[in-house]
Amino acid sequence: MKIARLLIIGLLSLRVLPALAGVEMFDFSGNVNEDRYMALISQLRCLVCQNQSLADSDADLAHDLRVEVYEHMQKGENDRQVIDFLVSRYGDFVLYKPPVKPSTYLLWYGPFVLLALGVVVVVINIRRRGRQSETTFSKEEQARIAALLGDEQDGERGK
Amino acid sequence: MIPELGHFALILALCLALVLAVVPLLGTFTRTPAWVALARPLAWGQFLFLALAFAALVHAFLVDDFSVLYVANHGNTQLPEIYKISAVWGAHEGSLLLWVLILSGWMVAVSLFGRHLPDEVQARVLSVMGMVSIGFLSFLLFTSNPFERVFPIPAEGGELNPLLQDPGLAIHPPMLYMGYVGMSVAFSFAIAALIGGRLDAAWARWSRPWTLVAWVFLTVGIVLGSWWAYNELGWGGWWFWDPVENASFMPWLAGTALVHSLAVTEKRGAFRRWTVLLALLAFSLSLLGTFLVRSGVLTSVHAFASDPARGLFILMFLMLVIGGSLLLYAVRAPDISRGGGFAAVSRESFLLGNNVLLVLMTALVLIGTLAPLLYDALGWGKISVGFPWFNSMLVTFMPLMVILMGIGPLTRWKQQEPAELLGRLRLAAVISVGAGLAVALPLLGDSWALGLALALSVWLLTTLLMGLRQRLRAKGGVASLWTDLAGRGGRSYYGMWLAHLGVAFFILGITVATQFDIEKDERMSPGQSVEVAGYDFRFDGVKVVQGPNYQAHRGTLQVTRNGAEVAVLYPEKRVYQVQRKPMTESGIDAGFMRDLYVSLGEPLDNGDWSLRLYYKPLVRWIWFGGLLIAAGGLLAASDPRYRHLLHRRTVGGAVPAGGHA
Amino acid sequence: MPRFVRYLLPLALFLAMAGLLYRGLSIDPRLVPSPLVGKSAPVFSLARLEDPAATLSNADFKGQVSLLNVWATWCVSCRAEHQVLMQLSKSTDVAIYGLNYKDERPAALRWLQQFGDPYRANAFDADGRVGIDWGVYGTPETFIIDKQGVIRHKHTGPLTWDIVQHEIMPLVKQLQAETG
Repeated sequence: MKIARLLIIGLLSLRVLPALAGVEMFDFSGNVNEDRYMALISQLRCLVCQNQSLADSDADLAHDLRVEVYEHMQKGENDRQVIDFLVSRYGDFVLYKPPVKPSTYLLWYGPFVLLALGVVVVVINIRRRGRQSETTFSKEEQARIAALLGDEQDGERGK
Repeated sequence: MIPELGHFALILALCLALVLAVVPLLGTFTRTPAWVALARPLAWGQFLFLALAFAALVHAFLVDDFSVLYVANHGNTQLPEIYKISAVWGAHEGSLLLWVLILSGWMVAVSLFGRHLPDEVQARVLSVMGMVSIGFLSFLLFTSNPFERVFPIPAEGGELNPLLQDPGLAIHPPMLYMGYVGMSVAFSFAIAALIGGRLDAAWARWSRPWTLVAWVFLTVGIVLGSWWAYNELGWGGWWFWDPVENASFMPWLAGTALVHSLAVTEKRGAFRRWTVLLALLAFSLSLLGTFLVRSGVLTSVHAFASDPARGLFILMFLMLVIGGSLLLYAVRAPDISRGGGFAAVSRESFLLGNNVLLVLMTALVLIGTLAPLLYDALGWGKISVGFPWFNSMLVTFMPLMVILMGIGPLTRWKQQEPAELLGRLRLAAVISVGAGLAVALPLLGDSWALGLALALSVWLLTTLLMGLRQRLRAKGGVASLWTDLAGRGGRSYYGMWLAHLGVAFFILGITVATQFDIEKDERMSPGQSVEVAGYDFRFDGVKVVQGPNYQAHRGTLQVTRNGAEVAVLYPEKRVYQVQRKPMTESGIDAGFMRDLYVSLGEPLDNGDWSLRLYYKPLVRWIWFGGLLIAAGGLLAASDPRYRHLLHRRTVGGAVPAGGHA
Repeated sequence: MPRFVRYLLPLALFLAMAGLLYRGLSIDPRLVPSPLVGKSAPVFSLARLEDPAATLSNADFKGQVSLLNVWATWCVSCRAEHQVLMQLSKSTDVAIYGLNYKDERPAALRWLQQFGDPYRANAFDADGRVGIDWGVYGTPETFIIDKQGVIRHKHTGPLTWDIVQHEIMPLVKQLQAETG
């Protein structure tokens, strides 16, 4: 862990050029659509940052990767191709949207399985309650509760 | 000298916590009133010493005592006073001290406002809170001592992270901690009830105001965090699904389920097992959050200095507290009787659905947060899970929740005639779907998102108005509103009403702000004007400005609309003295219906600068909605039912142990 | 006793999660494994640091086991691992090549003069493009390339003698024993 941190410090330690902010002046009047570009760089991860996207990051590497994305888009590549370019070099880690493949089925479809389970739980629960006889608290329990709460009369029935 | 006193005070607090965790609890079993009576004074004592320790640390920052390592790392002579104070909780050790101080504050609150509780119950609750205190105090003293000295004494401090030098962030952690820690009260009530074997409406009514107040603090804390991020980070984002943000959202979701479940247990005696489990879950998630932030297991912009050794300590603590409480639950829960039955169509069943959905959403957030770790640990590769995944999932689950939110309040307790309900809902459904379609159709592209959001918000609004009309009629017209609010149960209803309304604002705010915002990155020369969404932004150049502990480039932008002046904005790019990383301070013109937001980019040639200009419609509705939710909770917590409990001493305080409710 | 078991579920789930968190304490969440391991080295051709007229390309890796070390003068940990590289170059015959990443030529040459030059040759990657092709995200990084020019291992972070002995050299020896 120490090594990784040294590494990060090493990387970030001195690239103090004036051009640091994440605002490159790209030309979007040509064939590169600004919205598409922004959408792409928001989904891509800055690998040297503490959990920031390429869009949000000031880091040097983030700048370099944004330039790559722009240039690839300029060459006419579609989103899939730009993403593949980065994934083939950095792995799936660079994507904030995990790819849908057999190993990530758990992640993408798991919640719906859980939802189905939840529905089953609710249905079973309701069925069971319906069949159960009506008891809230027994008379003595109610008296005890009233004493504990110091209620003279409560007047409210469920509101 | 004073830091040593602070350190000593911490040790004393730990000693008191040790006694508090054992003696009064034991006293409730051996029926020794003298031991039971120790609980309150011990809680007070612990608070006193912690307050002293905290004061010692604040003092060290204020006098720039760099012989204390923590102050040397995060303090600075040039820091404005308010940030010297907030620097106390700006990093790991100090924030932990704040955490445990707030915990003992809640313990004092329980001893003050819990006088109506039977002595046994109050003693058990305080003992459990004392156990939690032991964990945190040990953690502080053995691994994270804020009073550690450093030699040789540095001449100047390392400075508080510039990102934290903002008023929003000065109150955001305290608010959040009030919420996190407040959940320990509900947790302790649940443990006390599991130990004692009684889980009835009395327990629910005692727990409810505490839980509500803690939940309100948590809501406000999260809202503040989001609003601060928007102001400070320079690109107008307000939620990133960062692991630490998720760590605050999970207890909030569980807490929301808990306050709803408590209502059912209080009124109908049902859901006892759910409620207990949720009470355990909410605080467990708070503790989990503490682990995630401080252990280095996950990458986060928020993480404190990550240290696996500390992480191990916290993990052991988690095993004890969470494992222990869940074990107790497993042993005792089967004996808790089920409580009132209810029909398939009834308010209870909708609230059950609500519980399940909220727990599912909590599980979702947990899965998304831990998935990268899971995949890495299992050797399935390294992945990142970010906002695309979270958004997809939430957008699927939220509408289900909102639909239930509309139906539930209109449904009778215990048994509801389905036909009657459908009749009431039909109108609301038609209006909502109509509104949604109307908005979705003429527009192109992302309009389905707005259509859905509008349909859901209108659904909430119409069902709320219907419920209001129903209630006012039953209570005797609009005139009865005042007495209804003053009486019992009224505030509970209106609290719900406000909170649900807040959700409607929230949904609309998020959708409109993300779908219809306009962002322009422009290169501007002084004097040049750019138009965004009908507003003209004229760039008037940049000048150098000196702040108390930073130097800044400050830009001036005149914003006009149709010639009339709207605002003058001053975005800045600051470089702080010690931590020289540049920081952006955005220029924002806030409005209820829209924000105008400007961020300074970088200097280009000829005095030109790159600027980012935003038009963000309805973004304030996000936090306004959140604040409405908090206000609703506060209103509900102020119900006279709970206040009146403060003034009564129970009839025959001691409750026989054993026996089941 | 099925009823009792149902109530153990929350505890069971928690214990599973705790196990995961425990495992997580020894994993570095920031370490990005390279998808290039097992694939041919990326095609590149760059001017050499020492002699701009000459080039270094991936063809130079063929025929022997090589290390490619990504470094820069502005990188603090590169300084820390430099002595290990010097030692390595003297005690073994593995070919050590360098990729000088986003650096300034004069500064880099001065550095090598001052601290020693363990490299057979250095490629000068001024804008970092080749680095991106190699999946470089933080210096220093070291790749082990076999006789066919296939990347067999990547180490992220500064080398220590310990790492060299236990992680690098065993693989290098194994690869050297393979027929080219």
